[in-house]
Amino acid sequence: MVRSVGSFTLDKVRGLGDFALFTVRSLGAVLATRRLWARVARAVYEQGFRCLPVILIVGTFTGLVLGLQGYYVLNRFGSEALLGVLVSLSLVREMAPVLAALMLVGQAGSALAAELGIQRNSEQIAALDTMGISSCGYLVTPRLLAALFVFPAQTAVFVAVGLWGGSLSGSLLLGVDPGVYWSSVQRAVESGDVFECLLKAVTFGLLTMSICAYQGFHAHRIRGATGARAVSAATTKAVVISSIAVLVADYVITSVLI
Amino acid sequence: MTPFHQHANPGAQGGQYLLEVDDLQKSFGRHSVLQGVSLAVPRGSLFTVLGPSGAGKSVLLKCLANIAEPDAGRISFEGRTLDFHDPASRNPFLRRCSFLFQGNALFDSLTAFRNVALPLEQTTSLGRGEIRARAMEALGQLELGDYAEHYPGMLSGGMQKRLALARAIVTRPEMVFFDEPTAGLDPLRRNAVFAMIAKYQALVGFTALIVTHDIVEALVASDTVALLHQGEICFNGTPDEFASSAHPVVQSFRDSPAALRSTLDGLRRGEVAPEHS
Repeated sequence: MVRSVGSFTLDKVRGLGDFALFTVRSLGAVLATRRLWARVARAVYEQGFRCLPVILIVGTFTGLVLGLQGYYVLNRFGSEALLGVLVSLSLVREMAPVLAALMLVGQAGSALAAELGIQRNSEQIAALDTMGISSCGYLVTPRLLAALFVFPAQTAVFVAVGLWGGSLSGSLLLGVDPGVYWSSVQRAVESGDVFECLLKAVTFGLLTMSICAYQGFHAHRIRGATGARAVSAATTKAVVISSIAVLVADYVITSVLI
Repeated sequence: MTPFHQHANPGAQGGQYLLEVDDLQKSFGRHSVLQGVSLAVPRGSLFTVLGPSGAGKSVLLKCLANIAEPDAGRISFEGRTLDFHDPASRNPFLRRCSFLFQGNALFDSLTAFRNVALPLEQTTSLGRGEIRARAMEALGQLELGDYAEHYPGMLSGGMQKRLALARAIVTRPEMVFFDEPTAGLDPLRRNAVFAMIAKYQALVGFTALIVTHDIVEALVASDTVALLHQGEICFNGTPDEFASSAHPVVQSFRDSPAALRSTLDGLRRGEVAPEHS
């Protein structure tokens, strides 16, 4: 019993160390990788442009629901004028970075894990190594750099459409004056809130894309599965661990900054 | 530090042997795959390692190509001992070698041209024009010039094999490792692949190290043949010596296709009863 607990713990600690080394090695390959920026641009397109419809849809409906719920809660206290404050601070501080990150994990992160898993299975990663090309630098580094741009940008889009959604349900459907709504938004959001939002977005981007890349890159290490099943297991693991990591990191950052 | 990293070989460069292997060992858990393999590959030769499936041929090749770390032993390239963990030792070696994978390992999201140009783009400081010229030259040599903009999935199995070879030779390597280049091919294509390797080995002048279990083609095309059996090299010599060797393992491996053919003929004629009927 003690042995199995010890072995499990050592295994997890070793895995964390391996993950940290993988991330550092991938970021460290920035200088050594040739023609990197073309691959970064492609990764920005894959993570950013392709995920934009999901961000727009989820952001709009999040804003709509926040406006609806917020209006009825504030209405109990006669404070409907504060709807803009509630919607904007909820979105900027929490909802936008977390939900945008979860959406990006679901779309871009899972695709990244699956792609790297297939490349591992078909020996494309080994082929890069035999050519003397850094497989981390060529395959992972552009994705991590792209995440540093894409996650904050998508979070900003999420906030914008979320605020618009809140205004739609609050002003258009429930009768809150649009001027009151938008002026309370303007008064509520401070630079510290924007900093918290962007810090979370950057952290979630780096963390989740590293996790997804790590899981796909090491799909051959999945126990009890090979081939397509290993890719499937690696992709599932990538999405689950990334989603949990977003929520844990959100709590840690919030508790430090609050 | 494993024993693999501790050896230093002060031998002179540019000797008769391009690649030398001494007492190479590799295990996976308790399963010992390589149990002290030693061999020397002459410069400019076509060297074939034969062995039955599961003998550890691919593991040996991956250790030699420096993509799998041996547990013990020494690998020297041009008299210099390779250190798996030292990029200063490993990277120059990798850039002077190429590896042709059993499944080709082509990048399915890149066109044939981009597949071939990739090693030049990433490991050299050549300009775009020079890269294009060299990649097209390699594709032309392998008669794939008209398929430069095709993706690997659009090519036949034989063309994919040629594309993989074009990618392997585009960097003008001194040594090319071939992992089961004829696996899964019919006899005609097996002949064609070995003929292609021999042709380009003569044309480009690289040293070729092939692992395969195809005896006939290997004996026809190779300069030197080694037989890997239970993790050890039990024979190393010319194809003629292999053909006349009285070593029991060589005899058993050499005669295996004939034995199989004779058993099948017997079964067809009803002379031999199947063991598990």
